[in-house]
Amino acid sequence: MNEQPEGVGGVHGKPRLALDQAAKAFGAVQALVDGSITLFPGEAHALVGENGAGKSTLVKILAGVYQPDSGTLAIDGQPVVLNGPNAARDAGISIIYQEPTLFPDLTVAENIFMGRQPLRAGRRIDRPAMNRDAGEIFTRLGVALDPQRQARGLSVADQQIVEIAKALSSHANVLVMDEPTAALTTVEVERLFEVIRALRREGAAVLFISHRLEEVFAVCQRVTIMRDGRFVRTAAVGDITVDEIIRSMVGRDLDELFPKTQVAVGEVVLQVEQLGREGVLHDISFSVRRGEIVALAGLVGAGRSEVARAIFGIDRRSAGVVTVRGKVLPNGSPLASMAAGVALVPEDRRQQGLVMDLGIDRNVALASLARLSHFGLISRTRERDLAATWANRLQLKFGRLTNAVSTLSGGNQQKVVLSKWLARDPALLIIDEPTRGIDVGTKAEVHRILDGLVADGLAVLMISSELPEVLGMADRILVMREGRITAELSRAEASEDLVMRAATGQLKAAAA
Amino acid sequence: MTTATSALGTRFARGGALLRAREVGIGVVLLLVFGVTTLHNHNFATASSVQQLLSGAALIAMLGVGETLVIVTRNVDLSVGSIVGLSAYIVGDLFKDHPGAPVILGFVVGIAVGAVIGAVNGFVTAALRVPSLVVTLAMLYIIRGLDGLIVNGVIITASNVPNAFIAIGFRTIAGIPWLAIIAFAVVVIVGYAMRSFRSGRDLYAIGSNPEAAALAGVPVGRRVFTAFVISGSLAGLAGALFLALHAEVDVTAGTGYELLVVAAVVVGGVAIFGGSGTVVGAALGALLLNTINQALVASRVSAFWNEAIAGALLLLAIAFDRWLSLRVVRGLRSAEGAHRDL
Repeated sequence: MNEQPEGVGGVHGKPRLALDQAAKAFGAVQALVDGSITLFPGEAHALVGENGAGKSTLVKILAGVYQPDSGTLAIDGQPVVLNGPNAARDAGISIIYQEPTLFPDLTVAENIFMGRQPLRAGRRIDRPAMNRDAGEIFTRLGVALDPQRQARGLSVADQQIVEIAKALSSHANVLVMDEPTAALTTVEVERLFEVIRALRREGAAVLFISHRLEEVFAVCQRVTIMRDGRFVRTAAVGDITVDEIIRSMVGRDLDELFPKTQVAVGEVVLQVEQLGREGVLHDISFSVRRGEIVALAGLVGAGRSEVARAIFGIDRRSAGVVTVRGKVLPNGSPLASMAAGVALVPEDRRQQGLVMDLGIDRNVALASLARLSHFGLISRTRERDLAATWANRLQLKFGRLTNAVSTLSGGNQQKVVLSKWLARDPALLIIDEPTRGIDVGTKAEVHRILDGLVADGLAVLMISSELPEVLGMADRILVMREGRITAELSRAEASEDLVMRAATGQLKAAAA
Repeated sequence: MTTATSALGTRFARGGALLRAREVGIGVVLLLVFGVTTLHNHNFATASSVQQLLSGAALIAMLGVGETLVIVTRNVDLSVGSIVGLSAYIVGDLFKDHPGAPVILGFVVGIAVGAVIGAVNGFVTAALRVPSLVVTLAMLYIIRGLDGLIVNGVIITASNVPNAFIAIGFRTIAGIPWLAIIAFAVVVIVGYAMRSFRSGRDLYAIGSNPEAAALAGVPVGRRVFTAFVISGSLAGLAGALFLALHAEVDVTAGTGYELLVVAAVVVGGVAIFGGSGTVVGAALGALLLNTINQALVASRVSAFWNEAIAGALLLLAIAFDRWLSLRVVRGLRSAEGAHRDL
């Protein structure tokens, strides 16, 4: 945590790896214009940038998966050409991908040593040696994984440990970690950081890619920022602030991240009275008015998403009454909730919000099919018109409306989910983690869309784990803890400190 | 990461343990079928009956070995049956035209025919990225058509084939048919290579996660190509042995083998979507299917039942696999969950 930068830029000695002005184009798309980064032994170096900034392309060049069109790469001062994954591995570079790339059917030890298994006479694999070596690496990392168990069923955190073990076993001295913390819990992230610190002590260079800037400051010494496929700057973390990083990433100021228009609050749209679910939710009462964003804040597992599910009718309520525009919602019926004007944008877009292989138009139309049909036959023309209208209103970036949504970036996918629900003209929008996994620039856009919707008279119930988002967007904040509302804070009185104290149970009386 | 997880992992999820259990399971069913049938018909356990059983199973087992290599890489080879037919006919034709040709030449030619077709399958699948299901299905029809053209109504009979060649089909060593010994040798060699050589493990890696295999530097295309060549070669060898066993070949030789082989392989515990399974399992699967087949004949059950039972067994095997893997994953998850809550 308290890394002391040494020398200028926090590093000294000779660079282990230097990539200079690498460029890569795919057809007409110039994915990387100027990919430049220098890694020193013993440093953890953060690479940050919006989605599409060229980070992944740069990583794949270091992995030997892509060959750059121009530019140079030097390792320990020697120019090298990486013409394949094996060449990168031989050069001491190991990549830990965002999605762990394990073989579920093989054992953990085999996963670690695939293609490099220790051999005995006759080029046969020496299994006892392989299992022993794997065990030794796990001991070094301080984790208790059985080398002989199948990789199938490992938690994401354990899969990442296997990936790191893979890197260590190949004696890599450059480790590239592509968003390793995206799917980890806080405890697991801390364990990963310990591993990164241990790697640094052994003299390895770690390239750490993350959207979470607090992690960058917690574990890295230097940070390189990229924008639009170009190198922007490299700085020691001590010489740069979060605001400066974000400004360099998005090319605009932080205030624009959370646009907030003053809206006159209207009549009550959602009224929740003493909502309860056996063992999960207790005595939840609140209301959301027209033209208002109410945020549900709290730690993961506090019951925020459960409130949304109980209101919408995915989970049955064991107590309480939910009223939307004066009409009582029947228990456990999402269809009735939709008919009453409630829309739910779920937390997990890919799994719950979208049909990834279908086109943009079909996804947008999915919740409005009844309206688009004649005698049960769906009109493709109306489907397309509807999608075109919303794509235009939300400024969706796409090639054709028939393109599969899986080809869109996270932010644009979220816009498709929003379009799908907004096309139904709802009175209440429940949105769970509106900007999770979306880069900073598109985040601001989603926020602007929400702000615009509220100005048009929509009532929004927003669930978010990002405090800046909660504080920046909400008119009122309900803090939850262990299935109860522990505080209600107005926009004016809310602060990061107050919300966190309510979320962790250190705030006794509710402020409301 | 947790001791609870690893203990459970050790007990349930160790790669080999499950497979070994499967192989033991097939062995038990095999003995059961054999025992029950013998009770009904004492002739079933005679030496000649068992030899017939082994010889018949040997061909399917050999094809099953090649098929396992291919299926493990998440591909499938549907051309093996037609390769058997073509190879058997070409070898027979060779002996018909050159009665003095050495026996070994018959095998060389048979294997070569299979290898060439396997190479075409492998090239189109690996280099041109056409799904192997389509490639080998097309190859199946092409060869069947070709077969008809070459054969042109002429049938190879025992009189066309040298006695020394036919002898391979019925000779035994210590009561064990040559065919069974050859198949056993193939199973042992390929089985050992699959387990103990990097190239063998590469095949499992490819089937388990193709993208990850490429990222780990596994030469995916080359390995898939090789798997098809070996599968083709073994089918070519099986074709020559088919000729030796039956001493007669017509256009229908080997018809329907492809699905029988796939069934045997899957019953033997090879995952149809790749990544796991052993050639020993595949060979046992072949033996089991063939034993059931013969048992039904010996019990004078209508031949129609034969296929129905093979089909039922296939369903059972796949359903069992699904159930088992779901159970393992669930077991591991709940163990992890339990730990997290502590």
